[in-house]
Amino acid sequence: MTLSAKEKTLVKTFFSKVSGRVDDIGNEALSRMLTVYPQTKTYFAHWQDLSPGSASVRKHGKTVMGGVMEAVEKIDNLCEGLRNLSDLHAFVLRVDPSNFKILCHCLLVVLAMTSPEDFSPETHVAIDKFLASVSLALSEKYR
Amino acid sequence: MVQWTDAERAAIADIFGKIDRDVVGPNALARCLIVYPWTRRYFGGFGNLYSADAILANPKVAAHGKVVFGGLEKAVKNLDDIKITFAPLSELHSEKLNVDPDNFRLLADCLTLVIAGQMRAAFTPEVQAAWQKFLAVVVSALCRQYY
Repeated sequence: MTLSAKEKTLVKTFFSKVSGRVDDIGNEALSRMLTVYPQTKTYFAHWQDLSPGSASVRKHGKTVMGGVMEAVEKIDNLCEGLRNLSDLHAFVLRVDPSNFKILCHCLLVVLAMTSPEDFSPETHVAIDKFLASVSLALSEKYR
Repeated sequence: MVQWTDAERAAIADIFGKIDRDVVGPNALARCLIVYPWTRRYFGGFGNLYSADAILANPKVAAHGKVVFGGLEKAVKNLDDIKITFAPLSELHSEKLNVDPDNFRLLADCLTLVIAGQMRAAFTPEVQAAWQKFLAVVVSALCRQYY
């Protein structure tokens, strides 16, 4: 599944529109993931407070969205561009890749909620493919 | 049997009270056909499904979206009995329509996104959890008669 030129444009346009709100988006997406899919909490047992909107969740949401925005910039070569992040997830964090789908879904929910006018079906498929490609790039180094 | 907390029952009832039933079903089905194009394999008799615009304008897609949503309304009216209520529908999807059950999850995701777009801030993490649990139960009931 490769992104067409049109899809890359749709992704870049959409994310530049929401770039001012990425911290909130990250917080919302992560909060949802921890609430709707409680098994994901196992990766954050070292946090004091796992409740939606807590300081740890906010901070980490910001980190995650930083990664997503980096991926938007490197959309033409995600595997190369996200090599360091793949190393991190494969060798240090060792997050089971099935969780990438979960977080991607939560992110889509937040984007649909907060930008329904911009989240057209065509934009939806472009972003869905983009996030799937990012997940794949992150899993590159796993084995 | 599925256990529903009072909060979950309330959240699900609230969703059905708030959303526009004539919009959600058609939009979710259209999105499913657009975002996951392989799902079009089940709708050969629906005419033009060749582009996003065609799908969004297709009256058969809209009509069928309402049928699908009707199924969800039936489920919410039989919240403690979804498995039995959906037995005939499960048989229909497996024996007659031959739908790959993975597709139920894809449509469920599209329903969630359309509802999130309608409810906006009211679609809190807790509400989303209740809604996704409801959909998971519906999907599981639809999968029961497959063998």
